[in-house]
Amino acid sequence: MIEANEPVTALLAVNNIEVVYDSVILAVKGVSLTVPERGIVALLGANGAGKSSTLKAISRIITTERGEITKGHITFQGQDITNESPFHLVRGGLIQVLEGRFVFPHLTVEENLLVPAYVRKVARSQVRQELERIYAYFPRLKERRTSQAGYTSGGEQQMVAIGRALMARPALILLDEPSMGLAPQIVEEIFEIVQDLNRKEAVSFLVAEQNTAVALRYADFGSILERGRVVMSGNAAELSANEEVKEAYLGMSGKGPMSFRETKRYHLRKRQFAYRLA
Amino acid sequence: MEFFLQVFVSGLLTGLMYSLVAIGFVLIYKASGVFNFAQGSMVLAAALTFVSFHEMGLGFAVSIVLTLVVMVLLGILVERVALRHLVNASLITLFMATVGLASIVEGLAQFVWGGEVHGLDLGIPDDALAIMGSFTVSTFDLFAAGIAAVLVTGLALFFNKTRTGLYLRSIADSPVAALSVGVPMSRMLAVVWATAGIVALVAGMLWGARLGVQFTLSVVALKALPVFVLGGFTSITGAIIGGLLIGAVQNLGEIYIGSIIGWGLQNWIPYAFALLVLLIRPSGLFGEKTVVRV
Ligand SMILES: Nc1ncnc2c1ncn2[C@@H]1O[C@H](COP(=O)(O)OP(=O)(O)O)[C@@H](O)[C@H]1O
Ligand SMILES: [Mg+2]
Repeated sequence: MIEANEPVTALLAVNNIEVVYDSVILAVKGVSLTVPERGIVALLGANGAGKSSTLKAISRIITTERGEITKGHITFQGQDITNESPFHLVRGGLIQVLEGRFVFPHLTVEENLLVPAYVRKVARSQVRQELERIYAYFPRLKERRTSQAGYTSGGEQQMVAIGRALMARPALILLDEPSMGLAPQIVEEIFEIVQDLNRKEAVSFLVAEQNTAVALRYADFGSILERGRVVMSGNAAELSANEEVKEAYLGMSGKGPMSFRETKRYHLRKRQFAYRLA
Repeated sequence: MEFFLQVFVSGLLTGLMYSLVAIGFVLIYKASGVFNFAQGSMVLAAALTFVSFHEMGLGFAVSIVLTLVVMVLLGILVERVALRHLVNASLITLFMATVGLASIVEGLAQFVWGGEVHGLDLGIPDDALAIMGSFTVSTFDLFAAGIAAVLVTGLALFFNKTRTGLYLRSIADSPVAALSVGVPMSRMLAVVWATAGIVALVAGMLWGARLGVQFTLSVVALKALPVFVLGGFTSITGAIIGGLLIGAVQNLGEIYIGSIIGWGLQNWIPYAFALLVLLIRPSGLFGEKTVVRV
């Protein structure tokens, strides 16, 4: 389990960052988290909790949405990257797969994959080999390599987006809601590939997910966000076993998902009720 | 019949000249979603620069190369000085920036070169080439059409066969995705503006030879605007087909309808025609269909 004051041996360390949009909208209120070397970390929370804002703050894509980091700092491989440009981050091995996948719809699947290869200045003679490396993980992409990416299925587009990121040979992929809009068995397939990449290519992942159950099954560690704050973090197995997490996020209370806060209140009321009875 | 052919074909060829300017619009629009109001001024600037080098006694080829360099530098300058600081600006702000750029380029041109008309001789004869009976085609127009073909082929190769071309197509498709995978956005914007500058040079040389190099040259942009709209904003093929269509419609309209309801049609027929087509096909003739996400 990662302690809050873990030393900076981590691959990625986010220290108490605050993210503000349009100079006034405070979306992330002091989030800290760590991704260890070769780790898979899940960033969990309901819609609007601040998961995407956190990821985009790390990848610096936030700047295109008039967002900025107003407090805290981020280090990657020991270097401060709080004010780095996305271009340099990608070259340095940190890349984001955006929520909603964002393939290049009019480019073919293969052209999608080629863009980051060119960013990395892969030699012409090496390009084929690099593509085959990706196709080995995503055989379906090889079948569809000449199709326009916009016309492939949602699952295939997610594969294009991950395969494309992989082309940049990253050390860390920030993966935003890979399960969004996909059938359960496709989600499972995607997470299997993530795990495979983690083991064979030594790629670390920070995965933002609303699908807590699946994410915690594949992750080593997890943090739960609520309204821009981390309300709980720890070992994935421990989080899955935690009663409050079960009730609030894993839909095991028999009452449907509740927020963490509501769950706490619910427990409090239950205790007070029991007290009164006694 | 021969007269009809005459009107029709010369219309097509004039239209291609509009296409040359419209292609400049397409390049910038595709890369940044902005209508570049300054494309006409860039055409003028290119022609003036070339003429100046040439009048200084430099050879034809040297003058072209130097002008090319100037246009590429202008592209880089525009990115460095203006666009880089307007990264998150709204489209209307960017558009206003191109309006500002147009005034700066034109003002500067006037300051440096004064207001008189410079002749520009490309050494291409403008003879009437007899095709069939009284139907003739201007040799200069044919030459211009050939240049347009070379330019379009060159651009197609650039966009489809080079790494930079793939970057540019990826930016046109999804700027945020391009940014997320590390495409060097500002460098690519400079490349696009430089390319638009080269296209402006080609248009400037041909239009300059046709009309003389003078300040009204930037007005060809007004002729190219309906071509750009008709072609669907984002397609070079669209700009070519749009130019051919508008040229033909304008010429035929002026001769066959203009003789009935009075002259002066050539100024508004292109716009009316573009609007009409837009009513039927709102994204223009070759506008990109939005690909549906499944
Ligand atoms: N571009 C933006 N401009 C202003 N507010 C935003 C923007 N993006 C997100 N927000 C706000 O920030 C909060 C967190 O959103 P987000 O990070 O997208 O959450 P999540 O990814 O967990 O669903 C939300 O309240 C949302 O409305
Ligand atoms: Mg999100």
